Amino acid sequence: MNRRLLRKLTNFVALGLSGLATAVGLFFLGAILWTLVSRGLAGMSWVLFTAMTPPPGSSGGLLNAIYGSVVMTVIGLLIGGPIGMLAGTYLAEYGRTSPVSSVIRFVNDVLLSAPSIIVGLFVYELLVIRMGHFSAIAGAVALGIIAIPVTVRTTEDMLNLVPQGMKDASTAMGAYPWRTITSVIYPAARSGIVTGLLLAVARISGETAPLLFTALNNQFWSTNLNAPMANLPVVIFQFALSPYPNWQQLAWSGALLITLSILVLSITARIVVSRLGPSGGNR
Amino acid sequence: MNTAAAIDPRHAAGQRLRERLFRAATLVAALLVLTLLGGVAVSLAQGAWPAFAHFKLHFLTSEVWNPVTDQYGALAAVYGTVMTSVIALAMAIPVSFGIAIFLTELAPVWMKRPVGIAVELLAAVPSIIYGIWGLFVLAPVLQRHVQPWLIDTLGPLPLVGRLFQGPPFGIGILTAGIVLAIMVVPFISAVTRDVFETVPDVLKESGYGLGATTWEVIWQVVVPYARTGMIGGIMLGLGRALGETMAVTFVIGNAHRIGSSLLAPGTTISAAIANEFTEAVGDLYTSSLVALGALLFLITFTVIAAARFMLLRLERRALSSV
Amino acid sequence: MKSRRFSRVLIAMLSAAAVAGVVQAADISGAGATFPYPIYSKWADAYKQQTGVGLNYQSIGSGGGIKQIKAKTVTFGATDMPLKPDDLKDAGLVQFPMIIGGVVPVVNVKGVQAGQMVLTGALVASIYLGDITKWNDARIQKLNPKLALPASTIAPIYRSDGSGTNFLFSHYLSQSSPTFKDKVGENTSVQWPTGIGAKGNEGVANMTAQTDGAIGYVEYAYAKQTKMAYCDLINSAGKSVAPSGESFQAAAGNADWAHAPGYYLILTDQPGAGSWPITGASFILVYATPPDTAATGAALKFFDWAYRNGAKMAADLDYVPLPDSLIKQVRATWKSDIKGVPAMASASDAKRM
Repeated sequence: MNRRLLRKLTNFVALGLSGLATAVGLFFLGAILWTLVSRGLAGMSWVLFTAMTPPPGSSGGLLNAIYGSVVMTVIGLLIGGPIGMLAGTYLAEYGRTSPVSSVIRFVNDVLLSAPSIIVGLFVYELLVIRMGHFSAIAGAVALGIIAIPVTVRTTEDMLNLVPQGMKDASTAMGAYPWRTITSVIYPAARSGIVTGLLLAVARISGETAPLLFTALNNQFWSTNLNAPMANLPVVIFQFALSPYPNWQQLAWSGALLITLSILVLSITARIVVSRLGPSGGNR
Repeated sequence: MNTAAAIDPRHAAGQRLRERLFRAATLVAALLVLTLLGGVAVSLAQGAWPAFAHFKLHFLTSEVWNPVTDQYGALAAVYGTVMTSVIALAMAIPVSFGIAIFLTELAPVWMKRPVGIAVELLAAVPSIIYGIWGLFVLAPVLQRHVQPWLIDTLGPLPLVGRLFQGPPFGIGILTAGIVLAIMVVPFISAVTRDVFETVPDVLKESGYGLGATTWEVIWQVVVPYARTGMIGGIMLGLGRALGETMAVTFVIGNAHRIGSSLLAPGTTISAAIANEFTEAVGDLYTSSLVALGALLFLITFTVIAAARFMLLRLERRALSSV
Repeated sequence: MKSRRFSRVLIAMLSAAAVAGVVQAADISGAGATFPYPIYSKWADAYKQQTGVGLNYQSIGSGGGIKQIKAKTVTFGATDMPLKPDDLKDAGLVQFPMIIGGVVPVVNVKGVQAGQMVLTGALVASIYLGDITKWNDARIQKLNPKLALPASTIAPIYRSDGSGTNFLFSHYLSQSSPTFKDKVGENTSVQWPTGIGAKGNEGVANMTAQTDGAIGYVEYAYAKQTKMAYCDLINSAGKSVAPSGESFQAAAGNADWAHAPGYYLILTDQPGAGSWPITGASFILVYATPPDTAATGAALKFFDWAYRNGAKMAADLDYVPLPDSLIKQVRATWKSDIKGVPAMASASDAKRM
């Protein structure tokens, strides 16, 4: 019937469009990755990892920026990770159903999606003004604050996946909750928690806006946490917007570096969860 | 496990102490999350106060942004923020919807995982990458090919035409909107996919049982059921687009102006803050920028809170109907 | 247990990093104008090689330099818009010139090479006001009879950040066009009626190179280093002059620094047949009573070194080093106005360096 044909046609067109939409999405992913690889690869060499950021017009590398990013990410994780894990533990184990927990969960989700530039402004007012100067530690704190909601969420989700039976067995043997958590639940959810930390690292290592007002940047090698420190995102920001070819090349190579690291981290996180299972394979 | 606790009272006391400390530590950490939000809100309010006190409501309605005469108004930045996000959503919603449908209904099993992962990888790409890609790859393409075409074909049209007039700069509100759309697609499609998967099979089966086509089941069974969640996902994407800084800063054109055309340069709240904050001289200038930040916080907070609330309702519904 | 050993190693690594962090000698910290950044960074590189002391200069624009030094987050600020003597006194700052350069218009028009296009201040003002919108406008064509100008739209690029270069440029345009002075005015940041904003001299140079039909304004070193198409201007003597070390020098030569309190002098539109109309000096701001005398002392030492050894590097980038009389005047100012800082190296010390 005519009606039937129309329905079939609509179906065909609609599903065709959805396939097209997916193709469009994949196209842009491919385009971006292709640009990154083709422009960034040209600058990849040992020099990139051994020389410092150069003045305009000279050649150099990204060593101080890579070091700064690694240091600030690690410290940020050390600040945000434990806080996030403890908070997630509270939500999953102690305050499961209390109204306070619901509020905290809600607030956490809001913080998760909040613009990172706001965090940068906050840490600027809190630390940079008080200390009187920009510093790597302020940058690390900003990154830590961004890592907290991510870690809270993943920790709570992972702890909730541990079978109740294991928790009950431990309690039945007379263990206090803290003992159950540290000796039974944490080890069981180990791979899930590690995944959460990896995802947090992936999230904060690409952040630029919070570092603009906290760690600033540094032309030279510096290990001083109490002073501005070079970091990849801000260096990319500065170099990409400059007219110097060698700076632009470094910006692309740096961008490729960041993206590769984040992709590797994200994929590793997935593999860890899928291979070992969120409960560490203790099935 | 150590059963000494049952035997030695001192040991039991030590265990209790550890329990109290540990529990307190987790509670403190959890409360810290609340304090963070509160701290951010208070800090922004404090910094923004001088600007609001000085300009009062005029701050929200004035387009002027003049550091020379110390006159600041948020209208241009707010307009840019809203406009780029609207354009981004207008493009991202259909595409995300399509991707979610493709992945849940159409794709063969072997394709689901890799394609799904590929789309989510778009989310992992840091926003600054989108920014430089937008400036160096997308903008020239837009300036040389797409925008002239838009101006020629859509410009002369009566109503819509105003939006597409003006010189092709390559960067501007439209470009920023496109870059944001690409950024936001993985978020919306991931949530939509999850939400589609919560639809009970029995509902879909009954649709198929009645002879409905795949599209009809999706449109008339799945979507109404998942509607709340889809809107939640869209609003999450909106929240992301509103607050995005780096992707936009490169391609927005940094002009504190409201143009009638989408091809004109403009500015967004986060781009204005990123560009001007470290150089703002004068308390009123700095305070105006923080005030912009406070506005952004307010807008994104409302949108994200509403989105989370909607998703929460859908989760509860999904759990209860199992 | 494995995890215990791991945590011990982690703690050891962190302590090492923390100690390393504390022991590291501090770099000299400064922030400000992008105008002199190419030469400052070249000097910084050479200074580090010679003395091991680094200069961490954040080129964030003159507005940023002024803000950061006032907030005491850096040891010195750099600005191309000199602060007036009253402002200096209020803020407790000492200002002195470091280097002289020129702002040049650059264009991205098909077929136009460096030094081919000739413009006047009034014409550029009209472009930035939005009165002239196409490259083949009769007024531009009249000055450039030999150029085949396309019918494309002009995309004016301006500084979106607080900038001394912006001040110099808008000051010059205000001098050349009363309409511009009325409608836009002059400052480190003005409300441009049309065009696209970019951050820093670098951003303007980049955006101009990226956008077809663009016109921008940058410090000459940026145009030279990146081989952009700069324009000649017709100066106050009615002559068409090309930007170069010589034309900047010609403009700066007649400046009366001795009678300028706080060194407040603006060098645009100077008389002379060979003078470049948009010449300007770039200044340094430090505290008269520095909060950290050691840091300010180290900064002054660097500037002293630059006065002594940096002239050739500056000339290579077409900056104009300060004349000796001015340097002497600046050193006297250091001695008299900046308190608590160790005495500057004398001529005999210079031989040791």
